[in-house]
Amino acid sequence: MADNKHFDTPMLDELENGPWPSFISGFKRLRDDHESETIRGMANSLLGQLEHSYETRKGYWKGGTVSVFGYGGGIIPRFSEVGDQFVESKEFHTLRVQPPAGNYYTTDMLRQLGDSWEKYGSGLVTFHGQTGNIMFIGTTTENTQHFFDDINEYGWDLGGAGPCVRTGMSCIGMARCEQSCANEQAIHRHLMNNFTDDVHRPALPYKFKFKVSGCPNDCQNAIERSDFAIIGTWRDDMKVDQEEVKAFVAKKGRQYVIDNVTTRCPTDCMTLNDDDTLTVDNSNCVRCMHCLNVMNKALTPGDDRGVTILIGGKRTLKIGDLMGTVLIPFKKLETMDDYEELVELAEEIIDFWAENGLEHERCGEMIERIGLVNFLEGIGVEVDPNMVAMPRQSSYVRMDGWNEEAVKWFERKAEEASA
Amino acid sequence: MAQEMRSPIESGCPDGFQYMHPTMRRNYGLWSHHDHPRPGVLVHYAHSGDEIWTVKCGTQRILDVYTLRTLCDIGDKFADGYIHFTIRSNVEYVVDSEDKVQPLIDAIEEAGFIVGGTANSVATLSHTQGWLHCDIPGTDASGVVKSMMDELITEFKECNMPNRVHITTSCCQINCGGQGDIAINVQHTKPPRIDHTQVGNVCERPSVVARCPVAAIRPAMVDGKPSLEVDEKKCICCGACFPPCPPMQINDAVHSKLAIWVGGNHSNARSKPTFQRLVAAGVPNNPPRWPEATAIVKKILNTYKADAKDWERINDWIERIGWPQFFEKTGLPFTKYHIDNWRGARNSLNASTHIRF
Repeated sequence: MADNKHFDTPMLDELENGPWPSFISGFKRLRDDHESETIRGMANSLLGQLEHSYETRKGYWKGGTVSVFGYGGGIIPRFSEVGDQFVESKEFHTLRVQPPAGNYYTTDMLRQLGDSWEKYGSGLVTFHGQTGNIMFIGTTTENTQHFFDDINEYGWDLGGAGPCVRTGMSCIGMARCEQSCANEQAIHRHLMNNFTDDVHRPALPYKFKFKVSGCPNDCQNAIERSDFAIIGTWRDDMKVDQEEVKAFVAKKGRQYVIDNVTTRCPTDCMTLNDDDTLTVDNSNCVRCMHCLNVMNKALTPGDDRGVTILIGGKRTLKIGDLMGTVLIPFKKLETMDDYEELVELAEEIIDFWAENGLEHERCGEMIERIGLVNFLEGIGVEVDPNMVAMPRQSSYVRMDGWNEEAVKWFERKAEEASA
Repeated sequence: MAQEMRSPIESGCPDGFQYMHPTMRRNYGLWSHHDHPRPGVLVHYAHSGDEIWTVKCGTQRILDVYTLRTLCDIGDKFADGYIHFTIRSNVEYVVDSEDKVQPLIDAIEEAGFIVGGTANSVATLSHTQGWLHCDIPGTDASGVVKSMMDELITEFKECNMPNRVHITTSCCQINCGGQGDIAINVQHTKPPRIDHTQVGNVCERPSVVARCPVAAIRPAMVDGKPSLEVDEKKCICCGACFPPCPPMQINDAVHSKLAIWVGGNHSNARSKPTFQRLVAAGVPNNPPRWPEATAIVKKILNTYKADAKDWERINDWIERIGWPQFFEKTGLPFTKYHIDNWRGARNSLNASTHIRF
């Protein structure tokens, strides 16, 4: 069929013009050149339906229920509502496959994945979707299982789809970045691979995402886009190589350094001295990263590194955007015990949310509904002034437990001092 | 005869080290500093004395296997056999010495990919699935991005904006594209059209009622059938009811528009992370090239480029010049829709005499 008739695609053809690489040209190559009749037919049919969408300004896919044996999720099922016109892509499911933290590949592995996908799917793939998965776009219900069986044998597993723990995401991190303060590979795999059951069998109130950024530049968008954000940071003094500072000043000029480094510090904690060295008031540094970004050779994170953990970030649906909130201001991650504590914290949070969250309620929305303090008490984490931007404004609150709470604070402080 | 099904190996997330360039593996966590010798190229220096040179390029993101193999061919011949994908779906090749850089760049450009996207560039737009694969899209995604990158390609290649610019697109108001310095998102302007013959069969009505952010949906009998009705005065046209109840069709060829938002910034650098803010709406959803949306994006970018100081992201720049000047300089209209009325909205009002004259 497919070879007999190509759907006309006058609107999509427009997207072959211009200098940026065209996905439409790629689709057409599959349609015209591929040795598999199935792939040629699928590509033609898909182009036909997409053109139909462009003409009518409507989408024509509906969901359904497709998974692989033993799992409940990991597939985005798509059935065409206009499948009678575009027959060869009427089933066009996507498999979400978990990439390694930081999205590294050998060309050999990419070729192997491509070969498998060509055998069972449309030949279209995206590295990566917004949830962080490799998206193998377009196959039938039957071939979903075959493709999974094939790649699962050589080390690849499905990611999350639906109300479950979703595939994690991490920045490029320690593999290439001098600013990273966290071992993203270790954090990512300790967490994700503890929750494989919750990834593959959706049974939570809604989605739950882990994202890891090696430093507060948060290239992974963890604070805005994850329920559980792990951000590398340090708590001792930043390292200043004064010779490199002088070299930077000599190259860029004092005015540039004043305008772009010292006066941009959000807490005014830096001074450029007359001898072109830099003085840093580290007790007021909030680890914003700006000066390190500008002078990355002269300024580097300190040695006492760990992570800050923020909880509850998400986008609009349903109550509006929420950033993650600081839960753990600083946590060392060095020993196996440290990593186990991290995993236990995540388990505690997911269990509490699974128990108390409403259907389709993200963790951050639950916190908004019940209040941070109830959440903290539920998961057994003590309050900390780093959790708030500012203390309570409203006097409408009952505080008859004040004395006990104040005693608790002083006891904790004494304990920390003696530790 | 049913065949016995194969049980999955629940291996989860694979080990990343096996796919890393050996120089990265060897110097994991041991990097010293980096430089940006030219657009599209980064060099990182390790304490060991090793170097790693990165060449970044933009692709069409929805890759066919031919394109994937072309990328692999380049990787094999010129980049030691390794490929890294950035979180915005750019391809990065890494090599261990400077002399491999130019041949690599030549091969990438020869193959039609675009070298750039580093440092202060307009990076590749991050996008969603759109009409190609989503079940609820108001617009396309890959096509919007292709159209815009055709126009913004110079800013991708030259990397001379005041700071980096992340643009996102989203084909519904759920905004899977995420926060961006500039975000182009579908914005519906009419309540859903309800197929009352279908609702009772297809939708779990209580959960649809619960899904509405403004409690505008209630159960109703329509023509003797159980259905749902929408209080159209309360309805904010967000489309949240459509995914759990497809007979509540929100997408409309005319009334599903695009809105443009600015100032979303994920980084903690200088100021705390910020959410994007509405600047323009009512933009036609106009395939195949979306020229109206691109024109507004370019206007904002040009104004930012001309007016912002070094290192200011779009949110930093607007924070310094103030919103009235943003609207004046970009020529965009300020309307009653710019004034928030959602929860916490009063915090977004100016409760001071801080006014620029």
